[in-house]
Amino acid sequence: MTISFLLNAEPVTVTGLPPTTTLLDWLRETRAMTGTKEGCNEGDCGACTVMVTDATGARPLNACILFLPQLEGKHVTTVEGLGAPDGTLHPVQSEMVRHHGSQCGYCTPGFVMSMATAHLNGDTDHDTALAGNLCRCTGYAPIIRAAQAAAAHPVPPHLPTPALHLADKLPGAQPSAAGAEPPAPHLPRTCDDLATLYAANPDATLIAGATDVGLWVTKQFRDPGEIIFLNQCSDLHGIVQAQDHWRIGAMASVAEVEKYFAPLFPGLGAMLRRYGSAQVRAAATLGGNIANGSPIGDGSPAMIALRATLHLRQGDTRRTLPIEDFFLAYGKQDRRTGEFVEAVSVPKQPDTLYCYKLSKRFDQDISAVCGCFNMPVEGDRFSNVRLAFGGMAGTPMRAAQAEAALEGQPVSRDSIHAAMAALAQDFTPMSDMRASAAYRAQAAQNMLLRAFHSLNGTQTDVQQVRA
Amino acid sequence: MSVARSLPHDAAALHVTGAARYVDDIPTPQGTLHLVFGLSDTACGLLRTMDLDAVRSAPGVVDVLTADDLPFANDCSPSNHDEPLLAQDRVHYVGQPLFLVIATSHLAARHAARLGKIDIDAQKPILTIEDALAANSRFEEGPRIYSKGDADGVLRDAENRIDGSIEIGGQEHFYLEGQAALALPEDNGDMRIHSSTQHPTEIQHKVADAIGRPMHAVRVETRRMGGGFGGKESQGNALAVACAVAAMRTGRPCKMRYDRDDDMVITGKRHDFRIDYAVGFDDAGRICAVDFTHFTRCGWAMDLSLPVADRAMLHADNSYYLENVRITSHRLKTNTQSATAFRGFGGPQGVVGIERVMDHIAQHLDLDAADVRRANYYSDRIADRGNMQASPPEDLQTTPYHQPVTDCIINALTAQLMETADYANRRRAIETWNAQQPVLKRGLALVPVKFGISFTLTHLNQAGALVHVYQDGSIHLNHGGTEMGQGLFLKVAQVAAARFGVPLETVKITATDTAKVPNTSATAASSGSDLNGMAVQDACDTIRNRMATYLAKQNGSRAEDVRFEEGRVQVGDKSLTFAQAAYQTYEARVSLSSTGFYKTPDIQWDRIAGRGKPFYYFAYGAAVTEVVIDTLTGENRILRVDILHDAGASLNPAIDIGQIEGGYVQGAGWLTTEELVWDDKGSLRTHAPSTYKIPACSDRPPVFNVALWDQPNPVQTVYRSKAVGEPPFILGISAYAALADAVRACGTGYGDLQTPATAEAVLAAVGRAQGEAPQ
Repeated sequence: MTISFLLNAEPVTVTGLPPTTTLLDWLRETRAMTGTKEGCNEGDCGACTVMVTDATGARPLNACILFLPQLEGKHVTTVEGLGAPDGTLHPVQSEMVRHHGSQCGYCTPGFVMSMATAHLNGDTDHDTALAGNLCRCTGYAPIIRAAQAAAAHPVPPHLPTPALHLADKLPGAQPSAAGAEPPAPHLPRTCDDLATLYAANPDATLIAGATDVGLWVTKQFRDPGEIIFLNQCSDLHGIVQAQDHWRIGAMASVAEVEKYFAPLFPGLGAMLRRYGSAQVRAAATLGGNIANGSPIGDGSPAMIALRATLHLRQGDTRRTLPIEDFFLAYGKQDRRTGEFVEAVSVPKQPDTLYCYKLSKRFDQDISAVCGCFNMPVEGDRFSNVRLAFGGMAGTPMRAAQAEAALEGQPVSRDSIHAAMAALAQDFTPMSDMRASAAYRAQAAQNMLLRAFHSLNGTQTDVQQVRA
Repeated sequence: MSVARSLPHDAAALHVTGAARYVDDIPTPQGTLHLVFGLSDTACGLLRTMDLDAVRSAPGVVDVLTADDLPFANDCSPSNHDEPLLAQDRVHYVGQPLFLVIATSHLAARHAARLGKIDIDAQKPILTIEDALAANSRFEEGPRIYSKGDADGVLRDAENRIDGSIEIGGQEHFYLEGQAALALPEDNGDMRIHSSTQHPTEIQHKVADAIGRPMHAVRVETRRMGGGFGGKESQGNALAVACAVAAMRTGRPCKMRYDRDDDMVITGKRHDFRIDYAVGFDDAGRICAVDFTHFTRCGWAMDLSLPVADRAMLHADNSYYLENVRITSHRLKTNTQSATAFRGFGGPQGVVGIERVMDHIAQHLDLDAADVRRANYYSDRIADRGNMQASPPEDLQTTPYHQPVTDCIINALTAQLMETADYANRRRAIETWNAQQPVLKRGLALVPVKFGISFTLTHLNQAGALVHVYQDGSIHLNHGGTEMGQGLFLKVAQVAAARFGVPLETVKITATDTAKVPNTSATAASSGSDLNGMAVQDACDTIRNRMATYLAKQNGSRAEDVRFEEGRVQVGDKSLTFAQAAYQTYEARVSLSSTGFYKTPDIQWDRIAGRGKPFYYFAYGAAVTEVVIDTLTGENRILRVDILHDAGASLNPAIDIGQIEGGYVQGAGWLTTEELVWDDKGSLRTHAPSTYKIPACSDRPPVFNVALWDQPNPVQTVYRSKAVGEPPFILGISAYAALADAVRACGTGYGDLQTPATAEAVLAAVGRAQGEAPQ
């Protein structure tokens, strides 16, 4: 494998390493660049945050679950490259010093990289930008003061801009010589190439953002075997609109989906703002979230509620199915050998969507229950109701009996209570470290009541309350 | 002067550039080996056989050690010699180290450590408090009991009586830097250790025992930790001992760092408790008698559990004068991680008990809980500017352990806080708001803290320092305290700079080093600045007096008139730079190096009887927290926090405010989202940040007003400052109390809110308050 990218503005070429080598291990162990820290090795603490820039912009990513081949042709800025070449600190760095934003200092490099990326992008929603960076010392208050103060400073000119001409500086990915160890990863550049490649290598592991597969490697030591990295498939990226639907490419990141759909479906936007963290949303894809069939992913219930269609492809054969039909059982999806998710399409519709994500912690936590309700009202009756849940069964699932209980019924507390009672028949949730079965069942029912209160304009969101 | 100034952390510029080195960042010599433990998957049983062939033949593995391979002591306990480095014969918890993999890389060692085939004759584990009580599985022969007055008699005759119980969850430290150590073998088998530890001397001691050498053969260095919070007081022993043993065996440098999941599975956490209580009180809510029973889950080994349980008992009163009181403490032994030190060291759990009682009384009498709290406060004893009021001894109120409370300021402090926090108006506004809201309810709570300062193991209250003044006037500073982010090194350097009257840059802060200052106590019990600051002051004053004596003699003036100020030394009418003064003193063959020493005066107690004066003084504070809850899901948010905290005459107000903000959020996290879950096999299910949820950025109070009381400590601490590491952690309890207050607004039933008050726990409490059984 030969991978080329820019590291703090210097071209680097990496050869001879396994494709599952993480950027973090490579930085610390091969390059002896120890500014980037390991806090959890699973993308949950942000101590390893780096800035990755390409033609589409700069984003924060967790280096611990970022495989080197994902960086092909990109520009990586680490904490060592954040200050100006003359040693002048970046404004986020100097404001962190001035506002006492570091105590033990171990999370600090990750924080300043997230802060610098948000600063570069003009993002001043600091709570959201920093939700993926854990600090155990400061209580965050001085860090936020530093971020606010830094916003007044201009972006230092030495930081990479999206208008890079990396091709001039980098030789481009090269497959390894035949028989060379370790095996070279595949980096197809188009969806057609991917289709051909995957049809020929149906046992290969597909890696989109690696926010899940990353943990197979770093925590479970699973051998992914042959790997096909999808990030170079330019035609899998992006969200486009047609006459009657939006089409979300399988490689569209959750961050892109959030940005695109938040104005159309504010409830969905608010939920996706709490999906993982800025680092995770920048890497994770909606396609991956659906394809891995997780019963606790937040993307699928929302897509089910929106009556999305899944587009699958195997070689030159394409098929579509209602997204809820894709999930057969826990860990089992209706995906044939060599078949992959190409896109998801969402029919255009008015916003009657309510999305509720219930987790122990508001930000960067996996849902105990995720409820996404599409509740159109015709006249004074519910019509075409869709109630989709995550965390209530082995797959993301519609609540068929509760839907039936609401369908065609008047918009009333009685109807909602009937649906709540019916919901108890839809699911037998489990108990785990996130929540008990009883709590899941009760909270899921109460979410329906919350939607009813919201319909009536009653305040229901603790996040909207101010002292 | 350099004290009482808000200077930035000495390593801040290194932190923000990634240049601050932690153990895993130290460049290692070629050939360094990496260690990982193989862990037990069984909570209790007899270790029959370990087939480690696959481990040995895994790529990169150099050696694999079991208990039988250890040449000397198989022990890494801080106290009781009951904590083998590697399990011998029996396993005691899921996650216990069984064997040690030595490999050429961290990754290779991690891979190999999963390949052991372990045959354990599993037995039924003792996991819960109930299990332990049923099996009478405990440390010490029976419960400890402290008492004062006649709790039983007065309780019997009380106007009102309530009984209750609260579960108090444990807490994972989640220091961002996991445990780490590096051993570098030196001449003659001596060992140099870099360790992420709060207790270098104990590391030195345990390593010496493990390699069969005197302590002089082991040198331990700690420049900084990436967070400690008590989790690195004893829990680093295993890694340093493993590295030293492996380094001795292989002759090569050895490094060990725990992967996060391993760290959370192997190491101890905050003790979880159940506290049962019976309390008698009058119609104004004044307590006449209270009886607490503490059930403390200590885990499999003793570690520091006895003093932790003691400190919980010593804080059962918090800021409240209790005339008739009994505290019974059961220290239970279970097949779980050995619970250990964590910021507050049992104190917070003890305080939760009495704060819960205050809320329970308030609801019973339909009073504002803040009024009940204030009705029970100790009387203030400080008139103003730190002067104690002279009271006849018979007027002094005593704690349940019979220590007179002579420095109380909690009434005045609370009054000021309630004013600045606008408590009364907000209380009314919240009542109005709650009456209008069908789904959301707000809560408001005031919680005070009185925290005892001193190690309760009295001999630990000592510290040493080593100060050199070089001939160019630069100063080398060393002391026994360790830096874990709390700003200790800076505060102590501020003291040194102030003693010599030089700018802070003149003072070089250096790594804690057992070869420079011996026999140190752990940096713990909030005592870092108090102890080490005074030891450094002593060393500096010794050198300063030598300089003054010589320079005054040369000038024909008096030594006591020599002034060290603003980088200069004024001798009579002559003014020298500090460097000139240092050089002249050096030339005169006067030593410019000195050790310093300090021991806390005036403390003595009997921990078995629970009588005496364990604490040199108390630190005080109070917080008002406002929250909102969702009665449909139990989801909740902190809306506003106001804190007034007593750090004495602060050495560095910015650093102290940082401790208060951070302590509060950590304390609030403990009682809200931070939930440790073990399954029925004793396996910890929350062993990574994906499942164990410490507060994130948006969980901090959006309105967060923190102020310092800023009055000098009446006793003679360094520059009259007060310890500030642990006390503000306890203020996080106000978040729990505010949630309970919001639950109270949901109905007339008693919510009986348990901790951690997750959304699930809050919803259950709402159900009880509304008088419905949880569905």
